[in-house]
Amino acid sequence: MTPFQRDHTHSEEERHAKANDREYNERFCYADNRIKTSKYNIFTFLPINLFEQFQRVANAYFLFLLILQLIPEISSLSWFTTIVPLVLVLTITAVKDATDDYFRHKSDNQVNNRHSQVLIDGKLQNEKWMNVRVGDIIKLENNQFVAADLLLLSSSEPYGLCYVETAELDGETNLKVRQALTVTSELGADISCLAEFNGEVICEPPNNKLDRFSGTLFWKDNKYSLDNEKMLLRGCVLRNTEWCFGMVIFAGPQTKLMQNCGRTKFKRTSIDRLMNTLVLWIFVFLICMGIILAIGNSIWEYKVGSNFRIYLSWNEVLDDPVLSGFLTFWSYIIILNTVVPISLYVSVEVIRLGHSHFINWDRRMYYAKKDTPAEARTTTLNEELGQIEYIFSDKTGTLTQNIMVFSKCSINGKTYGDMYDELGRKIEVSEKTPAVDFSFNLLSDKKFKFYDHSLLEAIKIGEPTVHEFFRLLALCHTVMPEEKNEGDLHYQAQSPDEGALVTAARSFGFVFRARTPETITVYEMGEPVTYQLLAILDFNNFRKRMSVIVRNPKGQIKLYSKGADVILFDRLHPSNDDLMETTSDHLSEFAGEGLRTLALAYKDIDEDYLAQWLKKLHFASISFDNREECLSALYEEIEQNMMLLGATAIEDKLQEGVPETIACLNLANIKIWVLTGDKQETAMNIGYSCNILTDDMNELFIISGHTALEVQQELRKAKECMLGSSRDIGNGHTFSEKKKNSDSVFEETISGEYALIINGHSLAQALETDLERIFLDIACMCKTVICCRVTPLQKAHVVELIRKYKKAVTLAIGDGANDVSMIKTAHIGVGISGQEGMQAVLASDYSIAQFRYLQRLLLVHGRWSYFRMCNFLHYFFYKNFAFTLVHFWYGFFCGFSAQTVYDQWFVTLFNVVYTSLPVLAMGLFDQDVNEQNSMEHAKLYEPGQLNLLFNKHKFFICTVQGIYTSFVLFFIPYGAFADSVRGDGLHIMDQQSFAVTIATSLVIVVSVQIGLDTNYWTAVNHFFIWGSVAVYFSILFFLHSDGIFDIFPSQFPFVGTARNSLSQKSVWLVILLTTAVCVMPVVALRFLRIDLNPTLTDKVRHMQQARRKHRPLEHNLKRVRRTSSRRSAYAFAHQEGYGELITSGKNMKGTSHFSMTPGGRIQNSTSWIENLLKKRTDPTGADRTPKQQHQ
Amino acid sequence: MASKATSPKPVPFAKRPDNSAFKQQKLPAWYPALTAVTVLPFFFLTGLACILIGIWLFLTAAGIKQITVDYTQGGTCSLCSDLRKDRSQSLNSCECNVDFSLNENFTGDVFMYYGLTNFHQNVRFYMDSRDDAQLTGNENNLKNPSSLCAPFDKYKNGTPIAPCGAVANSMFNDTLRLFYKKDKNTQILVPFLNYGIAWYTDKHVKFQNPSPKNNLSAAFQGTGRPYYWQKTVYELDVQNSDNNGFVNEDLIVWMREAAFPSFKKLYRRLNCSQEFSNGLPLGNYSLLITYNFPVGNFKGRKSMILSTVSWLGGKNNFLGIAYLTSGAIITAVAVTMTVIHIKIGKKANVLED
Repeated sequence: MTPFQRDHTHSEEERHAKANDREYNERFCYADNRIKTSKYNIFTFLPINLFEQFQRVANAYFLFLLILQLIPEISSLSWFTTIVPLVLVLTITAVKDATDDYFRHKSDNQVNNRHSQVLIDGKLQNEKWMNVRVGDIIKLENNQFVAADLLLLSSSEPYGLCYVETAELDGETNLKVRQALTVTSELGADISCLAEFNGEVICEPPNNKLDRFSGTLFWKDNKYSLDNEKMLLRGCVLRNTEWCFGMVIFAGPQTKLMQNCGRTKFKRTSIDRLMNTLVLWIFVFLICMGIILAIGNSIWEYKVGSNFRIYLSWNEVLDDPVLSGFLTFWSYIIILNTVVPISLYVSVEVIRLGHSHFINWDRRMYYAKKDTPAEARTTTLNEELGQIEYIFSDKTGTLTQNIMVFSKCSINGKTYGDMYDELGRKIEVSEKTPAVDFSFNLLSDKKFKFYDHSLLEAIKIGEPTVHEFFRLLALCHTVMPEEKNEGDLHYQAQSPDEGALVTAARSFGFVFRARTPETITVYEMGEPVTYQLLAILDFNNFRKRMSVIVRNPKGQIKLYSKGADVILFDRLHPSNDDLMETTSDHLSEFAGEGLRTLALAYKDIDEDYLAQWLKKLHFASISFDNREECLSALYEEIEQNMMLLGATAIEDKLQEGVPETIACLNLANIKIWVLTGDKQETAMNIGYSCNILTDDMNELFIISGHTALEVQQELRKAKECMLGSSRDIGNGHTFSEKKKNSDSVFEETISGEYALIINGHSLAQALETDLERIFLDIACMCKTVICCRVTPLQKAHVVELIRKYKKAVTLAIGDGANDVSMIKTAHIGVGISGQEGMQAVLASDYSIAQFRYLQRLLLVHGRWSYFRMCNFLHYFFYKNFAFTLVHFWYGFFCGFSAQTVYDQWFVTLFNVVYTSLPVLAMGLFDQDVNEQNSMEHAKLYEPGQLNLLFNKHKFFICTVQGIYTSFVLFFIPYGAFADSVRGDGLHIMDQQSFAVTIATSLVIVVSVQIGLDTNYWTAVNHFFIWGSVAVYFSILFFLHSDGIFDIFPSQFPFVGTARNSLSQKSVWLVILLTTAVCVMPVVALRFLRIDLNPTLTDKVRHMQQARRKHRPLEHNLKRVRRTSSRRSAYAFAHQEGYGELITSGKNMKGTSHFSMTPGGRIQNSTSWIENLLKKRTDPTGADRTPKQQHQ
Repeated sequence: MASKATSPKPVPFAKRPDNSAFKQQKLPAWYPALTAVTVLPFFFLTGLACILIGIWLFLTAAGIKQITVDYTQGGTCSLCSDLRKDRSQSLNSCECNVDFSLNENFTGDVFMYYGLTNFHQNVRFYMDSRDDAQLTGNENNLKNPSSLCAPFDKYKNGTPIAPCGAVANSMFNDTLRLFYKKDKNTQILVPFLNYGIAWYTDKHVKFQNPSPKNNLSAAFQGTGRPYYWQKTVYELDVQNSDNNGFVNEDLIVWMREAAFPSFKKLYRRLNCSQEFSNGLPLGNYSLLITYNFPVGNFKGRKSMILSTVSWLGGKNNFLGIAYLTSGAIITAVAVTMTVIHIKIGKKANVLED
């Protein structure tokens, strides 16, 4: 984009685009279809990158120091002491930025060079995407990506319909229908007609609203209004449509997709913030030291320096002690700046980058089925993964697979679905278990698996109840079939439960194949049977059941009903009592396994009664007042004295390992909140099956009030209930005592486990300012919180609430577009990858393929990252205090003249070369306990949540340690050498020898210290630690060598010092003593701490070491089976009124096309859901995405 | 993101991470731990070692003999001291002497040092005020001294100063001669050597005369002596051409700046010949000083130090005492830790599941 174009975009108020007229369109200078996500090119890289880098405070600060150093009166260090590390830092960052940008260039190129067929000069030509212009007409084929935002002109399907998948845009995987204007759809695939098409579109300027478009097409003196239903947006994929033609309206950066690619806001970790605070403190400390030394300098100049003029007659300017002090202040700022070294920031970045790669490389977070490894999408948040206190999880697609599987059933008092071995023991179904072979049935669903062979046998011998059971499943539902090719049958089910039941019936030989408003065609064991559909008695929340009344070909009229067991059992014929009891036992068993159950019943109806009833029904349905009551009374009337057939059990398939993961995270004291758009029943059911709700819980509070007052009362009640019981236990003392300490956080005092379930509409009230505190208090007192029917925005609000009041680190995990807001709000957002929708992943900081990997991500990677980062910072601050403060002590002996103790080269290289690698290796590889133990002992995670490993207190300790070390480093050599000579009588107390002695001691002391701090000595650590010491000596001798002095005598005045001082035994004795005095107290204190007050980490380490002598034991967390009371759930999520739509045929768009011939092409059925969705008006879910609606 | 579609059919496990020990963070490693078994013996051993070293150092230091003679105003020097306070008298020479006696024989190598107190050779501007390149005999720097030397780089008429800078300018220029009073009438001049008192590297690498090395007055042609010097750099030791000019060892010793404001620098070493073949015998001595170096302004002291050395260096008890103290403390801590460990600590480190 040239700047001119960019300006144009800003001012664009209305877009004019004429089809097939590039000349006309070029006048407006619209962006072409080339996208550019990269930031630099070869020429702009250096200036822009440098400019960006110097915007960081740290870099700017060092630049400032560099400038200070160029002033001769101030310069206490040579310019290279700052410029070498600075250049190094800038280079590393620049290389990283350049690599990132290179990959962006690459992906841009890849996208820009995709081919599409463009109509140019009356011919279809292959053209690269980037050369596509506004106004061009493009031909798209099935499964192709849409190249730009197009106005749909015509398609292969009748009425100019076409289907698109919008997963890339909004994460919704269901197909959407787009329809061209009738006038343009008549153009068809006629190239010449299309080439002559010269309509002009006038529409809104580019914007980022995915669901809105308004414009007008002017063609042949007519005006046609355009809306979003006629647009194909870039990023969509064309599905189920052979071809379509479209005219480009927005291209490249102006497409809605690109307009939506906003930069995610930069997240920072709490360690980052702490680090910034500490750096600020250090600056204050630095300034204090500077002031002390500057005052010292003024006094010295006044008292001593002035007497010294004959020898030290420097510039006249400096004769004034105050001015001299002022300049000295800046000189000391330069010298002491190494307390906050440049390399700190770079090292932190490098360590985080390394940790991110370890996440990417982890095979145990790689999901082979989808070929998806875990991915750290941001490299700056790793250590925060070790501090999570709250997890906010989406349900569908995250905890569950959103796959419902027909797993068990009870038919006429006999259960099917369990597998037993020869001894009658239950067998767990595994990959190897042989599944039932459905090959006899050509129409069976290949993906359907069932393991109990006895059920199929029962069907084959033609047991009537079993047949009736599956017939019911094939008839009693509101599913729409779709058959593209013969036998390729797909069901469009409003809820996955229904789909699962119909699919099961299909596989067992009762294939629901076609429906019209009046009939249902079922292939029963290969024979087509057409039933006449007489009535659908639809489901609603109150009825909790649905029924159909059909007439079979023999003329019998039957009512089939399925519904919640308690409801259905009340309406059974008394003769069913025995069967009811058995079935009831079975239902309890199913429920105990976390399955969703439904009871099935039928009833024979005689013709006369039905005729009467239908008449009444018709009358009721056209009446205006009390229509609902009338209808439900009629339904109630006919659904009586039914015969029980059995029950089904559907498994809402959890993602693998979810209960174990949750159990483990709970042990780690992480609170898990489930935020779902789903219904309360479904959410609770999943809550039970993943063990976040258990029957051991003392109380389960369900908040479902609609008004603020109701919600408040419900919350109050819950609070009283919790406090009441804890008062009883704590004799009333615990609560009142603890409350003084914290104003709202008193969850510790709550004894017993509670759960809170809150509905979306109640949540809306609870999140109001006056209620949010009480809601938060209660929610935090509960072990489990489930919010159902929440909108994406509410998800974000809940996360925000915790962030705001609890100061806790939050993590949000989800898979869909509806989780994006929450993912962006939480400290850390995790997206489930490998799914079709990408929005959550794109917005996330980490992406994993399975929920269960979260355990490893947090307990292993997060914990390690946090531990390593803390150790790193601890050591780093210590090291630099020890290094720098020697100058402070020296100030008192050198007239506060900002004379450095060390060689300038040592100052330059100390942080960058001599000590950087060992601490980096520690920061990258250290492990306090190994991964098995990290997972097994989830409690090890707690120090991170409580911020124990690095905080202001720890910082204070490392400061003190640093100061102590610098003191020892300075005063032991001072005592030993201030008045001494070499073994051969020559001098050793000169400044250069002193510098070498202290520098060598320092390097050895900090190396020993890093050795003490390293818990996990890999070969790399050994190499770096020993290597650094070796490198120190090599460089020392090199810099003090004759050769380099001969070349640059002014830069390397230390020639020979290393040889002359390090050859002395006394120097080594001093180094030895210094090291011992610096290190021994640390060892003693650490030993005593471990010995007297061992943390869990110490204990686990201890055990780990004891165990290492034996083979490591692999521990498996056995799946905890829940013993639970029976909770039947009619978990259909659909709304009232669908049955009516089916019977009226309104939803069957284009009924004329609807082919009744079995195996014929059935079209347009995909769109019926769309129609339903449009009809539905749900006041609470106005901004909810459709994906949630049919969960 | 959209690039997925055009990429070729995915290879199974294409994105599976490598199963290397490095990438899976399973590198073989050593887990050191601070356990009682390792820490306590280590402490005892270290403590013991420190005590032993301390005793050894202490004994070594006790064997070194050293005497310090402060001659700032001692003996007859107070007159000279007063004279030197007056800068206008700086060209008038002044000699004085200080008598002292050795109570024991200084056997072996004996070194004579001059000591200065309160002289800040370590002040930044002073330390920087030198040109190492010039001191290597570099032709260019000889004629154009580094600006760091200012204001001691050039005379007002532009003549460069060699050696330049405040350090060289303030070189110690007292002459010390020691007389041994064998008896009341006989005074023997104790023979001292003025070479072999600087580091080998300084003498041969860091300091080099400009060429032509055999004709120093020609080599230093066009340069002037430092302001405070009474003679030029090539007149420092006219007897010994190897000890003249920039390689004069008195200059080299002075140019190696002390780290602290009170320091001693090697002045001469005893020439072990005649009566002094075994060092300095006990008896009375007289130190004759040509008193040039003014210290009165900054309240400094000047002294002459005679010392023998050991392998450890000069007389210094600090290191021995420091080792003894540290050893004692470490041992005490070791004992305490052992007691604590046995009494309380033993059971704490067990993981109760």
